Amino acid sequence: MTTSDTVSPVAGPESPPGAASGTRRRRAGRRTWRQALRRDWQLYSLAILPLLFFLIFRYLPMLGNVIAFRRFQPGGSVFGERWVGLRYLRMFLSDPTFWDVFTNTLVLGALTLLFCFPLPIVLALLLNELRSRRLKRFVQSVSYLPHFLSIVIVAAMVMQLVSVDGAVNQFVRALGGEAVPFLQQAGWFRTIYVSSEVWQTVGWGTILYLAALTAVDEDLYEAARIDGANRWRQTWHVTLPGIRPTMVTLLILNIGTFMAVGFEKILLLYNPLTYPTADVISTYLFRVGIVSSNFSYAAAIGLFESVIGLTLVLSANAISRRTVGTSLW
Amino acid sequence: MVTLDTSTPAPATNRRHGPHTSRGYRIFRVVNAVVLTGVVLVTLYPFVNIVARSLSDNASIVSGEVNLIPRGFNVAAYKAVMADPMFWTNYRNTLVYTAVATAVSLVLTTCYAYVLSKKHLKGRTALVGIAVFTMFFSGGLIPNYILVTSLGLKNTVWAIALPNAISVFNLLVMKAFFESLPVELEEAAAVDGLNTYGILLRIVLPLSKAVVATMFLFYAVSFWNSWFAAFLYMDRMDLFPVTVYLRNLIAGATDATSTGGGLGSASDVVQSAATIQSVTIVLTVLPILAVYPFIQRYFVSGVMLGAVKG
Repeated sequence: MTTSDTVSPVAGPESPPGAASGTRRRRAGRRTWRQALRRDWQLYSLAILPLLFFLIFRYLPMLGNVIAFRRFQPGGSVFGERWVGLRYLRMFLSDPTFWDVFTNTLVLGALTLLFCFPLPIVLALLLNELRSRRLKRFVQSVSYLPHFLSIVIVAAMVMQLVSVDGAVNQFVRALGGEAVPFLQQAGWFRTIYVSSEVWQTVGWGTILYLAALTAVDEDLYEAARIDGANRWRQTWHVTLPGIRPTMVTLLILNIGTFMAVGFEKILLLYNPLTYPTADVISTYLFRVGIVSSNFSYAAAIGLFESVIGLTLVLSANAISRRTVGTSLW
Repeated sequence: MVTLDTSTPAPATNRRHGPHTSRGYRIFRVVNAVVLTGVVLVTLYPFVNIVARSLSDNASIVSGEVNLIPRGFNVAAYKAVMADPMFWTNYRNTLVYTAVATAVSLVLTTCYAYVLSKKHLKGRTALVGIAVFTMFFSGGLIPNYILVTSLGLKNTVWAIALPNAISVFNLLVMKAFFESLPVELEEAAAVDGLNTYGILLRIVLPLSKAVVATMFLFYAVSFWNSWFAAFLYMDRMDLFPVTVYLRNLIAGATDATSTGGGLGSASDVVQSAATIQSVTIVLTVLPILAVYPFIQRYFVSGVMLGAVKG
């Protein structure tokens, strides 16, 4: 990364004209680093700052996770003071709160996946059936809108809607019920959270499916129709298989974010009364680490979370490569 | 060459399905229209509701009368919020943070994406891998917090700009775009004696205005909307962005209601907070709504470009 500084800037012109890019790539394999640096030092120099960014703000924190196994003192070394082995790991494995938040994470993650993964597909299929192009555009534009809002704004709107004097309770009262302080009741948190996720993400989630839908081969519909397939069967046998790669890719990506379920939104929407259902791993480690300054303990929990997240992506990817032949890389 | 105008993935060729005169299909079309109208209404409803609340008086809100139409119309709450100097200070902070962070992000992302787009470059696969790996594994909140704190970035704009300078998704979008540019142009420029920096600045970037605009919007909107970094790293009220201003407002209201108990005991403080909150939401969301019709297209095309190579 710093090597390009040491190369003298004499080697000016790069890319000898005429060399076809294909053969050049093959030759690049055999070129030594010295030659590569002499030829492309200017390109490498452009990579220095971005690499520093990745090194400092992405990879250093990964190393910083060693404090999960070391005693950390605020103000002391970033990497902690002394080894304590698996103490913090054992600590959270025997912490009943940890298992509560672990369960909550799985439940909220599963519910989010259950609703926020299939609904964009349904909406995209419905949009695709619209004949009026202008109407389609309009529905798309409106449904994308929530994606552009800050989570704080979404949370604030949710609070207004479900407040005691809010729109939802007006509806409840119109039906003859008693107003419910929804955000103060643990039983309602999952419903509120998932609904707001649906509201915020489903419209935007259709984009990739709509793009994939336009790429489905026309001849297949023609063939299906000749075989006597009606609209429903065309959708089932032609459209859905056509967008399957997109579906699988997005499913894998969704599974990858499973453990990190809406940390910011939950942090904004929950309160001690709703902890029994709302508190997830990330919010718990936020309170343990940032609020109570138990950095090592919180880092151990965070490391556990990251490792599960990575494992989930890798296994989802491997399974999908074996079974349907689609994978992220 | 990929043009960025893929914004309308709508060939509207439903004719391809052949004539659909069947009764079942006609019923479906009616149901479909109703469902999609429902989607539009459900999406827009909270916005209208918030605007109505922001323009109503407290008494009407407390008694739960305000839904889509303001009751007891008044703009007192608007005056109150706009008279708060802290609101404007924080709004200005949002502007400054967004500008600085977006500029840093754009420069770093452009440089790296350009390097990664050069297929002949030795070590390119490793350079791509370094970036992509961070999409799936991250250090986590605590080590990041310790790092930013011990770098002394707290209470500076850098705590917001630096830790999130490069979004790997954006990086891949830009890389895909650069790869689609014709190599011949750059080769010709090299023959004419331009070095790499010159080629990037004078040949590549002018050809990439569309993708640069898209990246600018991606970053600007995300920094404009962000709150958590500021919440974490800013200790002083006059350093908050407006999102944290709003966050503190709603967090305060939650605390008040949760300690104040259920229905009847809601105090005046909490109730006026409801109007003030609505007004603050409206004033925060307004800039986004104002530019939304113009920027939406770029976002859609950016996402699709990213999907090609993502």
